[in-house]
Amino acid sequence: MTTTATGTPGRAGTDPLVRIEGVHKFFGEHHVLRGIDMTVQPGEVSVIIGPSGSGKSTLLRCINLLETISAGRIQVREDLIGYKEVNGRLHDLSTKAIANQRREIGMVFQRFNLFPHKTALANIMEAPTQVKRQSKTAARTAALELLDRVGLAERANHYPSQLSGGQQQRVAIARALAMEPELMLFDEPTSALDPELVGDVLNVMKDLAKSGMTMIVVTHEIGFAREVGDTLTFMDGGVVVETGNPRQIIANPQHARTKEFLSRVL
Amino acid sequence: MSQTAKRGSFAGPDDGVERINAVPVRHPGRWVGAAIIVLVLAITAQSLITNPRFHWDLVGTYLLDTLVVQGIGWTLILTVSSMVIAIALAIMLAFMRQSENPLFRYVSWVWVWFFRGTPVYTQLVFWGLVATLYPKIIIGVPFGPEWFSMDTQTVVNATVAAILGLGLNESAYLAEIFRAGLKSVDNGQMEAAEALGMRRSKIMWRIILPQAMRVIVPPTGNETIGMLKTTSLVLAVPFTYDLTFVTNTIANRIYQPIPLLIVAAFWYLLVTSVLMVGQFYIERHFGKGVDNLTKAPVKPAAVAAAVAHAHNPAAPADPEPAAPTSEGGTTP
Ligand SMILES: Nc1ncnc2c1ncn2[C@@H]1O[C@H](COP(=O)(O)OP(=O)(O)OP(=O)(O)O)[C@@H](O)[C@H]1O
Ligand SMILES: [Mg+2]
Repeated sequence: MTTTATGTPGRAGTDPLVRIEGVHKFFGEHHVLRGIDMTVQPGEVSVIIGPSGSGKSTLLRCINLLETISAGRIQVREDLIGYKEVNGRLHDLSTKAIANQRREIGMVFQRFNLFPHKTALANIMEAPTQVKRQSKTAARTAALELLDRVGLAERANHYPSQLSGGQQQRVAIARALAMEPELMLFDEPTSALDPELVGDVLNVMKDLAKSGMTMIVVTHEIGFAREVGDTLTFMDGGVVVETGNPRQIIANPQHARTKEFLSRVL
Repeated sequence: MSQTAKRGSFAGPDDGVERINAVPVRHPGRWVGAAIIVLVLAITAQSLITNPRFHWDLVGTYLLDTLVVQGIGWTLILTVSSMVIAIALAIMLAFMRQSENPLFRYVSWVWVWFFRGTPVYTQLVFWGLVATLYPKIIIGVPFGPEWFSMDTQTVVNATVAAILGLGLNESAYLAEIFRAGLKSVDNGQMEAAEALGMRRSKIMWRIILPQAMRVIVPPTGNETIGMLKTTSLVLAVPFTYDLTFVTNTIANRIYQPIPLLIVAAFWYLLVTSVLMVGQFYIERHFGKGVDNLTKAPVKPAAVAAAVAHAHNPAAPADPEPAAPTSEGGTTP
């Protein structure tokens, strides 16, 4: 894991999996991201917290190209997200190349977004069979294993509307994992859930973290950040206010804004 | 109503729970309404039977007349083929309208604007005249060599003209229905599929359209039934074998319009009823997973197999407890 930094002298001792540099995002006149810098090492669980409207979702959506950035650059491994660089000039990627980049990045949404006309099993099999052209049998076997992993083997043939919110979210996680991504993005995966269902989803995420998955998690679950997070980033007003070891920041925030936010959510 | 109250005391299973047995609200208005309806029906029935000018004997004679039956056949052919063309075009137009390519969006918009903006009757007359306008169809390079040519009349005969006229016109209306259907699908579906790396055309076909069908099918059924009767306009082409034209011709020949109107109405109603049954099944198909969940689409055998399989490779995990919501509220 510890390869020496060749491309980025002066940074940490490993090549980061995700490198976000000076990213800005405008929605029309609205300046939502104001120069974000962030790196995520392979296998790292990076937790992002921050008040509503601070740009957390926007940042995640930029990483897998649901939004295009206005300035800066995002790199996942060697791939520049959304563009290719030819002779120092950026060119938009073709839709095909964009789709290829997205395959490496799994995303879990606040509102699950399962396909309601497909069973849990079919939801998980959809991308492997349609995008990776896996055979039905291979995809089914893999999907059933994933369902078992998220504790829902019995629910394979249920439609999303027959599942509880927590179950739907776990299927959604399994669906993203089926593409074998090297990076998983979670946008407030538990905030649409009843409190008693949150634990099941967090447990699945903990197991995933233990298995070595690189994860960027936007959440209000400070407990999760403390227990599972390798780094904690506090965002406010489109900038990174503070970043570092979650346990240290939670115990002893350096900035007034972090302190104030934590006092509200803890 | 003391009977009901008494009956209630021993209704239901023997579980010692005394079921509520409220006296239902009375609806005297309904009885009055029913009485009026029965009266009106009786009067109508009496007039239908006793008025000799209905000529029920002629209705019987012509109901299964060869020309009439062929007329139904032609009407069905026109309806089905023009709807097939219209649906294929409408899907294409609706996709084009949502495309990222501005040229596609523009073409789709203009198509709808034109075919919806001109009367179907005019369009049918036009297609009937196409052979006069362009006597020959020539394939080749403009102002250059000709590779192939043929008489328009042989390609665009009355049947083709009628189907094209009806189908192209209908495609514009259906395109709007399909567009509304596609728009009704939550944006999160597109994003989730995109995040999985699916290409846009695939997302449309496999994710968005199947969900949109729930919204699309009812108005499309409506349009199909409408089309069944719009086919009677094909005399504008002129196309002269459809049910309306044929029954009209017979009526004029025997100077008896009423019985033949009844014959035509009977057949249109019958076909409409069959179409409505078809629509019911199509709606049920696309409602899968969203509507009619009480019909339990879960096959117990398949679940058992899935569980067995999933637990095969790994160590057998504890089975998932039944629906977690079922034990809500009973905190010890
Ligand atoms: N598509 C869009 N068009 C215009 N403005 C947008 C769009 N998406 C987000 N915004 C704005 O960008 C800002 C940041 O939104 P974002 O969803 O990233 O916040 P967030 O930190 O995820 O908040 P929350 O905790 O409520 O989810 C908000 O002010 C929002 O109104
Ligand atoms: Mg958000």
